[in-house]
Amino acid sequence: MSREIPLSSLEKASDLSVFQLVIKNKNVFWGSIILMIIIFVAIFGPFFALDPVSLNPMSRLKPPGDAGLFGTDQLGRDVYSRVINGGRISLVVGLTVAIFAVIFGTVMGLLAGYIRILDAIIMRVMDGLMAIPAILLAIAMISLSGATLTTVIAAIVIPEIPRVVRLVRSVVLTVREEPYVESAISVGTPVYLVMIRHVLPNTIAPLIVQATYICGSAMLTEAILGFLGAGIPPEIPSWGNIMSEGRTFFQLTPWIIFFPGIALAVTVLSVNIVGDGLRDTLDPRIARNMR
Amino acid sequence: MRNILEIEKLTVSLPKNADRLYAIEDINLTVNRNEIVCVVGESGSGKSVTAFTVMGLNDKRALKMTSGHIILEGEDITNASPAVFRARRGEKMAMIFQEPMTALNPVLKVGDQISEMLEIHTLMTTSERKSRVIEAMSNVDLPNPEKMYKSYPHQLSGGQRQRIMIAMALVMEPGLLIADEPTTALDVTTQANILRLIKEIQRRRGMGVLFITHDFGVVADIADRVVVMQEGKIVEQGTVTQVLKSPSNEYTKMLIESVPSMKPPKRKEVSGASALITKQVNKTFGGLGFFGEGRKVHAAKSVSFDIKAGETTGIVGESGSGKSTVARCVIRLIEPNSGNILINNLDIANLTESKLRPLRNNFQIVFQDPYRSLNPRRTVGQSIIEGPTNFGVPLAEATQRAKDLMNIVGLQTDSLERFPHQFSGGQRQRICIARALAMEPQILIADEAVSALDVSVQAQVLELLDDVKRKFDLAMLFITHDLRVAAQVCDNIVVMREGEIVERGSTYEIYSKPKHSYTKALLDAAPGHNFFSG
Repeated sequence: MSREIPLSSLEKASDLSVFQLVIKNKNVFWGSIILMIIIFVAIFGPFFALDPVSLNPMSRLKPPGDAGLFGTDQLGRDVYSRVINGGRISLVVGLTVAIFAVIFGTVMGLLAGYIRILDAIIMRVMDGLMAIPAILLAIAMISLSGATLTTVIAAIVIPEIPRVVRLVRSVVLTVREEPYVESAISVGTPVYLVMIRHVLPNTIAPLIVQATYICGSAMLTEAILGFLGAGIPPEIPSWGNIMSEGRTFFQLTPWIIFFPGIALAVTVLSVNIVGDGLRDTLDPRIARNMR
Repeated sequence: MRNILEIEKLTVSLPKNADRLYAIEDINLTVNRNEIVCVVGESGSGKSVTAFTVMGLNDKRALKMTSGHIILEGEDITNASPAVFRARRGEKMAMIFQEPMTALNPVLKVGDQISEMLEIHTLMTTSERKSRVIEAMSNVDLPNPEKMYKSYPHQLSGGQRQRIMIAMALVMEPGLLIADEPTTALDVTTQANILRLIKEIQRRRGMGVLFITHDFGVVADIADRVVVMQEGKIVEQGTVTQVLKSPSNEYTKMLIESVPSMKPPKRKEVSGASALITKQVNKTFGGLGFFGEGRKVHAAKSVSFDIKAGETTGIVGESGSGKSTVARCVIRLIEPNSGNILINNLDIANLTESKLRPLRNNFQIVFQDPYRSLNPRRTVGQSIIEGPTNFGVPLAEATQRAKDLMNIVGLQTDSLERFPHQFSGGQRQRICIARALAMEPQILIADEAVSALDVSVQAQVLELLDDVKRKFDLAMLFITHDLRVAAQVCDNIVVMREGEIVERGSTYEIYSKPKHSYTKALLDAAPGHNFFSG
């Protein structure tokens, strides 16, 4: 039998790359632009601002315009300079938490989804973790090990892991039943290659989306911890501890709390908008239902 | 007025970047009172679009009606408002769908779902509605309708669910019933019953039925008139005997010739040693619940058979008969609970995965669904050479082998660079066969490998399977629910029901002198078995 069959022209795959496809989405586009500006300011801003921790007793609690762009706090520190320095902390926390939560969560999710015995163990631990409120868990862990940037990040990562594990596991459980995975097993592909070649690529799109949400919520958690005094130590300004320190003078000098609050809200919002846009383009099933 | 439905010059356009301009083009057809019109065609022929357009159920954003008229019982509903369509649906026209599980709401009692139709369209009281529903349910021969009124869809079998759908469609006694592949998802014996029911109700009520199907066997059983569609156009229409006995159009002829015959061809007996022997294979599922014993299903009970090199053994049976379980045990995707599976006199039934892996090149499988059997993210070439490279074949040699196989399965060698979505279903099935052959197996298992394909493509893939079997002297285990296909490709047949083998023998014996009553029932239920027996 040597009948040649013409290749079908039925399905024309989109000529756009994933990046082009994603950036066409309005949410992703505008969210990314705002985020870009925030990142730019956080990286380069501090070089052109005052020292965020230098005290100036002569100009305390000055309103915006009188001293500095955003005014000064009760110790005479420049609020503008503190806010843009705090941005570094927030972004670093958001990004590292997202990366580490995704890495640990993916590894555990793959193992749980593919190996029956591990599934029971890993998922019960995850259920246990999810039963404890994230903030309480983080406070407990920080109080055990002392507050540094690293411990704060670790304390936020751990409660985020179960969300990723559940997501990855559910993808693995559906994909492992796919005939192409069974075909790979039946042509003798070792388990680790089956995972890397055939299962893992299916998790990437939902993971990117989940990572943006984790990034946003990590920034919030960090600010809450800072506000509660359980976060980054006060000598490093973060949006959370700036607000915490400004709380006492809130009614007299609202700007101390207002500017870091706005910065936090805008950052988290733009991250979440990007996340929504990514979900719409990368996970068409949900997108179709939302339309 | 005899016509219930008149479709005049109907054209529906497709979205801009589709493969053709129109989903259906210039369709003219009528359905008279008291007749069944079958619309038949392969996938993508526009037969379902026609039905959905009549019902006003198309996605208006994607499919736009550009010209033509739809006249239902003398009323032009072409540009009717959604409210008019809502009123006509149920009262004057009703539809039943392919998949009765998803067409019914899983969280409502079936009786209430039928009753909803009356609630919307009539002013009956609750008790009047209930007695009417029960009457409608007994009209479709449902046993014990009072009790079944309170059942949920998942508590019913596929055939019962389809009967509920029919009862729901007919409770308002519409003049037109549109049936979109209503028996495709059902087992053959159930299908035969549903077809009989539709025909009987149609005759009793004098309805017009627009019946959509891809299966010429079903057409032969049920149709008064036949409309053949190809790529959105009607290529032939006429009475059932006209079209089936003396088709005038080339495409119709080709379709009818592609329907495999129920009469098995003469085959030489294959001699030699057995390549695959299964002895008393048992497999149960479930049984292990978190709280006490779960439900246990005995999917395979003491299944024994053997296949010689160059021989094809078919396992036939309906859904739930355990035929796929047996295939998955043989390929060791699952482990049997007991029994032996001997390949080259080596028992693989209980080997661990690491001991099994070096042996996996000996037995390969081709799955049913060509759309899901290839990893969409990997090129065809990567998929095909994955297996050989696992067994240490150098990349260059594996690639060469893949190229040779592309020629054997009738695809161009540059297909290797492409991704699966660029191929049609039949082409993908060829790729799957090439992937299996790349392992140079002795045993090839085809698990419903042609069931998802259109008849014309099915014939080509069957030809290819037969070809490679001879070329590579394969022992083939052919699993199918389709008795026509089995008749054409199998040397021996094993009939399974509820996990047990009820009858076995040479294909000729089974088809000419079936012994077991179940085999007889299966053969009788095959659609159009009188028409396509030659």
